[in-house]
Amino acid sequence: MANASLNTTASSSDNTAESEADACTEQTRRALLIGALVTTTCLACSTQVRAGDDPPGSDDRPQKGDLLVFSEGDQEGKVITSSDLPAGGPPVHAWPKDPKTSVVRSASRLNEILIIRLDPAELDEQTRARAVDGIIAYSAICSHAGCPVTAWVKSDVGDKEVFKCMCHNSEYDPRAGAQVVFGPAPRRLAALPLTLTEGSLSVAGNFVGKVGGAQPG
Amino acid sequence: MTSKQWLLSGFVAFTCLASTAAVSGPIENYAPVTAQRLEKPEPSNWMLYRRTYDGQGYSPLDQINTSNVKNLTPVWTFATGVVEGHEAPPIVNNGVMFVATPMGQVIALNAKTGDEYWRYKRQLPDDLFQLHPTSRGVGLWEDKLYLATTDDHVVALDAKTGKVVWDTKVQDYRKGQYMTLMPLIVDGKVIVGGSGGEFGVRGYVAAYDAKDGKELWRTFTIPGEGEPGHDTWQGEDWKNGGGSAWMTGNYDKETKTIYWGVGNAAPWPGETHPGDNLYTSSVLALDPNTGKIKTHHQYHQNDSWDWDEVDAPMLIDLHRDGRNIKSLVHPGRDAIFWILERTPTKINYVAGWPFVSTDVWKGIDAETGKPILDPAHKPVIGKRVEFCPSLWGGKDWPSAAYSQKTGLVYVPANENFCGGFTGEKIALKPGELWLGTKPEDIGLKTKPGADHFGELQAWDPVTGKKVWQHNFPKSQLFGSVTATAGDLIFAGGTNDRDFRAFNAKTGEQLWEQKTNSGIVGMPVSYEVDGTQYVAIQSGWGVDAQRIQDALVTNNIGIEANVPQGGVIWVFALKK
Repeated sequence: MANASLNTTASSSDNTAESEADACTEQTRRALLIGALVTTTCLACSTQVRAGDDPPGSDDRPQKGDLLVFSEGDQEGKVITSSDLPAGGPPVHAWPKDPKTSVVRSASRLNEILIIRLDPAELDEQTRARAVDGIIAYSAICSHAGCPVTAWVKSDVGDKEVFKCMCHNSEYDPRAGAQVVFGPAPRRLAALPLTLTEGSLSVAGNFVGKVGGAQPG
Repeated sequence: MTSKQWLLSGFVAFTCLASTAAVSGPIENYAPVTAQRLEKPEPSNWMLYRRTYDGQGYSPLDQINTSNVKNLTPVWTFATGVVEGHEAPPIVNNGVMFVATPMGQVIALNAKTGDEYWRYKRQLPDDLFQLHPTSRGVGLWEDKLYLATTDDHVVALDAKTGKVVWDTKVQDYRKGQYMTLMPLIVDGKVIVGGSGGEFGVRGYVAAYDAKDGKELWRTFTIPGEGEPGHDTWQGEDWKNGGGSAWMTGNYDKETKTIYWGVGNAAPWPGETHPGDNLYTSSVLALDPNTGKIKTHHQYHQNDSWDWDEVDAPMLIDLHRDGRNIKSLVHPGRDAIFWILERTPTKINYVAGWPFVSTDVWKGIDAETGKPILDPAHKPVIGKRVEFCPSLWGGKDWPSAAYSQKTGLVYVPANENFCGGFTGEKIALKPGELWLGTKPEDIGLKTKPGADHFGELQAWDPVTGKKVWQHNFPKSQLFGSVTATAGDLIFAGGTNDRDFRAFNAKTGEQLWEQKTNSGIVGMPVSYEVDGTQYVAIQSGWGVDAQRIQDALVTNNIGIEANVPQGGVIWVFALKK
């Protein structure tokens, strides 16, 4: 695909001002020649570098050692401890927070996390390895169309409660690595390994799996 | 720029390159699209959303007709490579077909052979979330195409090559602004309307210069301070009051007036935004040159049911009640079949009646045309309220059609569905769903003992009588309808994946074809080298699937097993 693209003929690409995804839709041999200008524009396509006025690191993905803070509700911004999580759910929504700089990584919605406490005996082996005292974390972004996964409800196809995306009804079982149990989602939610640091939950490693919705091939 | 960004730049530039269209070859001898051709399209072409500016969805071709449709057979197919709801009509201009699909893709094909000319794939942002991952088509003007995208841009493509000519950001997708409609093209203006009522946007219709993408005007569907109609809102409610405008308008070329449908008020429970809430759930009459609102008609006041009225009314000349009426005909999501009269300065109520059963309305005030509410079935804060039909209404966005031969209006309707929810006051967070209820609380219930759900209805708009009805026992009907001069009605829309043809006069089903997926798109008909074709996209998704999921929970023997994945189908008579 990339090779075929390089062989396309040149076309006008003058309208690069202010565009974000714009530049990604048009590319030319000339674009390669004037690389500096166009690559600068293309940088705007990437959420990783769409910082704007946000503090450095605020749209980086969760890092090992990050704390987790409430992303909504009365306790928004407060560090989440294991005692904040009711056994058996519902999940709380969280942002990662850099403990060194105190920057909350809330500049990209791709960083929103679901944290839930379940009975460790209910978790499959792989999920248990990423959990701490039955507490597990996943990306809150549905793998179908990128909507936020907001609901904790009884599954349409079983007796257990599951994560549900209300945009298109995809359901994920957090006990089994957030595998898809219903709906159009093509793959499980990305998992975030956890550990305990001085009583607070913290991130033990990068997301396992891809964050975000499906894109055309 | 930081050193990290410089290091990234090589990678990102490569990513951009990888998003290019795979060009199979430019189109030779492309027929430029002019105002004259759009105002009076050749019978062989389908260049506007509903083929003609009046929105009738009628093809004058009759080679395929009631006597030979049984011989209709596929002549070519083409896989779009993406899932979700394929809602766009295949647009045809002199033997060239342009198909818009979900995920910001446009495919140019030889309409006779199915050979690909080029394919445009937009690289959508990673953090975009698409509540409605679809596109309803590309508009045509001169030698360009116009696509409205789910990341809220209008993009002009060179029709011959698929290359981007200009790309204009409309608003910020991160604040819930997006577009799914096919742009309306009028005299070199690319006219679009925004989605996002469920995110608490303030809706608008806007026009761009087809040549360079410069914004020419923008008219908000909710009047601002000092504008007429602003007093139908209280406090600050108007700023996030919804009124999205996510379907293509129709156009009266005689009076130079655009008729554009406006969506529901936000959030859903009317108690959260007291007042009539102009111009939500209305039709606006707009001047295409300035965007000025000439007049309007509000179908129902203080919407509380998610009943968008975005599907633009059809412009039909009727002889009714002893006089000729330049009418607007709109089978509404609010379950009322509306007949209005359009004049250069005013829209008058003529008649209205329920075309599916409803417990929300007790009647219509003959003087004002306002429906009379039964408050027991209007959602409120803090108490669950049930209402019929469901939030998807009597007819959602899929288009009805009008046959100039039979004089009948064909409606893809749904019966025996009810809905309900408990209203809540919820604070707005930009870019997040804001429905005024918990999404998991929204229900769709089937009426006990219901023997069918989808209904293809044929109505005489002159007498107000239903002429025939075809019932679908195990399926909703969620796809647009097209009429032809061969006295045929084409429709998909059902969960059994069938594409069907009906006798326009009697409702008898004359032909069917099982397709790859379910059909939520719009059938079209066109002609190349003396052969008439019928084309449709089969690709199930979005609200048709949402209804399907809801039906599963009603334990009526319906499963959520409609396969997804888009295919363009083209049919002709077996030779």
